[in-house]
Amino acid sequence: MNAQAPALQDPRLNRPEPFAPPLGDGGFFQRDRSMHPPAHAPGYKSSVLRSPRQALLSLENTVSEITGPVFGHNDLGPLDNDLVRNYAKDGDPVGERIIVHGRVLDETGRGVPNTLVEFWQANAGGRYRHKKDTYLAPIDPNFGGCGRALTDDTGYYYFRTVKPGPYPWRNYVNSWRPAHIHFSVFGSGFAQRLITQMYFEGDPLIPICPILTTIPDKDALDRLVAPLDLNASTPFDSLAYRFDIVLRGQRSTYFENRTEGN
Amino acid sequence: MPQPLNYLKETASQTAGPYVHIGLIPAMAGFDIFEKNFSNVLVTPNTQGERIVLEGKVLDGTGSPLRDVLLEIWQANAAGRYNHPADRSAGALEQDFRGWGRAGSDFESGLVTFETIKPGAITDKTGRKCAPHVNVWIVARGINIGLNTRLYFSDEEAANAADPVLNLVEPAVRRKTLIATRSERGGKVVYSFTINLQGPEETVFFDV
Repeated sequence: MNAQAPALQDPRLNRPEPFAPPLGDGGFFQRDRSMHPPAHAPGYKSSVLRSPRQALLSLENTVSEITGPVFGHNDLGPLDNDLVRNYAKDGDPVGERIIVHGRVLDETGRGVPNTLVEFWQANAGGRYRHKKDTYLAPIDPNFGGCGRALTDDTGYYYFRTVKPGPYPWRNYVNSWRPAHIHFSVFGSGFAQRLITQMYFEGDPLIPICPILTTIPDKDALDRLVAPLDLNASTPFDSLAYRFDIVLRGQRSTYFENRTEGN
Repeated sequence: MPQPLNYLKETASQTAGPYVHIGLIPAMAGFDIFEKNFSNVLVTPNTQGERIVLEGKVLDGTGSPLRDVLLEIWQANAAGRYNHPADRSAGALEQDFRGWGRAGSDFESGLVTFETIKPGAITDKTGRKCAPHVNVWIVARGINIGLNTRLYFSDEEAANAADPVLNLVEPAVRRKTLIATRSERGGKVVYSFTINLQGPEETVFFDV
């Protein structure tokens, strides 16, 4: 007589908790490093001694990474997004007046609201107002070269400035940076923190820039190039360039059956 | 063809360059432009907790200090609570303690300092306690994408030994690269750190 075999227990019975919905733990999407320049990029010589050589330790996002500093309008002044006026002493700065505008999005396509965007640049002659910059082009007495803005509820930002000039730098003996504006963006969590540079459509220095060409992916490089946006230009005043910035996507945070961010 | 997945791609990082100060710490570039500026001082007279100075350098592959580096720190308050809605732990929030600061290194010595408070132990989303720590983000000329690391505290040996992130670091000998050393100087509590970008003592950097 055969003993009754113990019933095979349904493994699901050991898991009374419902499993979390997909995209539900509040962490950020894994960063696709193939879209970024590698730390060690010998063509950009400064990276050689400043690039870690050990593998990065991959860290599932904890509360330390999904949180980050929160900024508000109280942190900004009224002229902070107007580089034409925020350092003007006795007139407007020299150069092509431009408007730069766009949205800060995440990888799901959602706008990132109320996030701080900071930007800085050389003047129209390619000279930075910085005590370490010794390029022979003159300082513009009416141009500081920095500003900042907070995105609105849809992630939109804009500022006014003059188009920066290209400038030479010590990499190869005849290396020139294409005209560019530096951007710093926060996002909602510290793991989204990003610094990048915006370039201008049609600049012949783009394909030969040792810094830009550290980016291995051609499409990722093209996404740093802002197109002329004639529709947003102000007639008889300023041309406009459009620059959208994409931060890492965030998995929604589900908490006590309440969803946020969806 | 399967259905397309229409995720966008993250914008590529680019180096902050040698003139990062213009945008982020204009006073260091040599001019005054904004009414309100961000700084390396996180505390106000009302901030709860033990006042500390975080002080250190970032060294390149030759052991030379970076003199144009910019660091940002992000930390919880003394009760272990981050000033952000995604932290649902029980510690009391202090509205006027943002928990974030930025500092450029001294152009001569490379020294970076922050005036802050020692954060409390953090409770993660599963209820685990994590050792007190400060999150650090590093950008500079020659750094193509910001580097993420952490600073833990040398006088928190038991908490550090149990910390789930420190315990991920292998080989274990590398864990010490994340620990700032406590001392007292002129009546101030100073935690000293060295961030090595390369070499046998290379600091642990995280892909967060």
